[in-house]
Amino acid sequence: MTMHMNTDAIVKLDGVVKQFGTFTAVERVDFEIGRGEFLAIMGSSGCGKTTTLRMLAGLDDPTEGDIWLDGERVNGKATWDRDTPMVWQSLALFPFLTVQENVEFSLKMRGVGKTERIARARNWLDKMQILEFADRNISQLSGGQRQRVALARALVTEPKILLLDEPLSALDAHLKVRMQAVLSSLQKDLGITFVYVTHSMSEAFSMADRVVIMSRGKIEQIGSPQEIYHAPRNRFVAEFLGSSNIFTGRLVEKSGDDWLVETVHGRFAVTASNAPAKSLGDAVTFTVSAENMHISPGGGDTPGIRAKVVGEEFVGATAIVFLETETGEELKVQKSHVELTSVNLHPGSTLNLHWESHSCHVLPGE
Amino acid sequence: MTGNRNRLINAALKLHIAACVIFIFAPILGSFVFSLNSDRFPSLPLGHFSTEWYRLIWEDPFVWAGFFNTVVVGLIVAVIATVLGFGGAYTDFRYNFFGKNIYLALALLPPTIPVVIMGLAMLAFLSRVNLSGSTISIIIAHGVMCSPFAMAIIRLRLSQMDPDLEAASWNLGGNEWATLRHVIIPFTKPALFAALFITMAVSFDEFAVAWFVSGLNETLPVKILGFLQGQVSPRINAIGSLAFVSSITLIILAQMLLRNSSKDKS
Repeated sequence: MTMHMNTDAIVKLDGVVKQFGTFTAVERVDFEIGRGEFLAIMGSSGCGKTTTLRMLAGLDDPTEGDIWLDGERVNGKATWDRDTPMVWQSLALFPFLTVQENVEFSLKMRGVGKTERIARARNWLDKMQILEFADRNISQLSGGQRQRVALARALVTEPKILLLDEPLSALDAHLKVRMQAVLSSLQKDLGITFVYVTHSMSEAFSMADRVVIMSRGKIEQIGSPQEIYHAPRNRFVAEFLGSSNIFTGRLVEKSGDDWLVETVHGRFAVTASNAPAKSLGDAVTFTVSAENMHISPGGGDTPGIRAKVVGEEFVGATAIVFLETETGEELKVQKSHVELTSVNLHPGSTLNLHWESHSCHVLPGE
Repeated sequence: MTGNRNRLINAALKLHIAACVIFIFAPILGSFVFSLNSDRFPSLPLGHFSTEWYRLIWEDPFVWAGFFNTVVVGLIVAVIATVLGFGGAYTDFRYNFFGKNIYLALALLPPTIPVVIMGLAMLAFLSRVNLSGSTISIIIAHGVMCSPFAMAIIRLRLSQMDPDLEAASWNLGGNEWATLRHVIIPFTKPALFAALFITMAVSFDEFAVAWFVSGLNETLPVKILGFLQGQVSPRINAIGSLAFVSSITLIILAQMLLRNSSKDKS
């Protein structure tokens, strides 16, 4: 296979497969990571995201395919010979060393002299605003402080790439948001590549330039948070994001971008901009995001879908109303509290749901 | 939470504990008291206070020779057993392989073998390779018997270690040897010292196997048996007291190390 190494890419995964015994953790993954990019790899547990990260770090070796790092094929190159530091979910700070000794560690392993080592470690502790804790034991630090030690320890060699494996999962909600800001600005200031593995959509979408969504060892979609949010590629991504209603039907009429799709709930007009070519009779799956759904008191012969209220979830200035159709499917509507006061929202009450045809997004991968 | 709510049960439990401790330690205490008694035979009422028996063993070259052998054997055995035990424990921590359970069972087996069988087997084997009756033979036999203790202690410590620590060290540029030196050994250090002390104590007190294989290079416990066969001498009380104090000191040191280390495991 010929290599077309994008000069802007620092990482290239080419047909990478990872098997553990008979279990396939990663099944043919191809993508590039740009220099200075903040890339998030997202998916639920067991989707292969951490294995992918560990292969970049050199902690696991791919069963098939090639990994290119900064123009060099690194298959089989030991992790200690790469400069691909990782921030661990458990942080993995050394409990028998002080804060400063933890940060000095990788310099010591690389044979940097003591004076320089100390100066560089203290410089990074200062940058992470934890210099005052330099001589403390790890057990004397708070969760947020430990996080900063882990970052300083990984960045002290000034690597070109930093790998992060769910680094914020152990923190309280408010600390999480603070550390997200720290990570974002750190990445911008340093200009280095961050590869960030997480199962949290809010973390991935708020920090990353691009997001990779994985499931069962395969990539479902790669794109900017905006692209993925507004144009999920397939049902898995749409369901994973959880913010849309998904409808499946058959194409019954077609005039340019104006399609008519027949579903179990009736016929709906769909504006199919940027949708793949389909002919009459083909299956079509489209989504309508919860905030684009309209809700009105039920009854009469208002067009739309009739559904029963099953519950309501409070989300800041808005609420998500969960409804069930007569055929048993669950739909959701996200509206401001003001808008919701106009309708009868008791569980069991029947409401009418409708939307504009241009709010529909046809899933190209279905 | 202190004690039981029912005062009667509480008192009975305390009495039970006290009785257990008394039964275990009374003979040792008795031996200690009689070692400082001037009478030749252990009988009541006691005679007057005397350090005579300590003076006698101090002046006895045979006791010194036995003591010297015991210390030399104990020190060497402690080091060998701790190194072997660490190797066994680390293999268990780090690797998964076919037959690992059999490997573990074999490695931890020696203390479960009756010492008489062990002693006979050692004698039969060591005499065949022309090593019986030497100090080395005691070291080999005790090394086999003590390393499972060291392995158990070090395994316990390694089980408290976040497995990511080792991978984190590799990831930060430490190769496998550097990681062993800078991460695994510092983390297990308290357990390594505890293993040194405990294996030394086990070797100090071990009699049966040493009796089979020691030949002319008797250790102190073997010497004591020699004394007993000849005559009942209060010198034995004096030796016993000293041996007890040194063993219990080693055990207490090991306990202190292990307790402190499990506190800072995170």
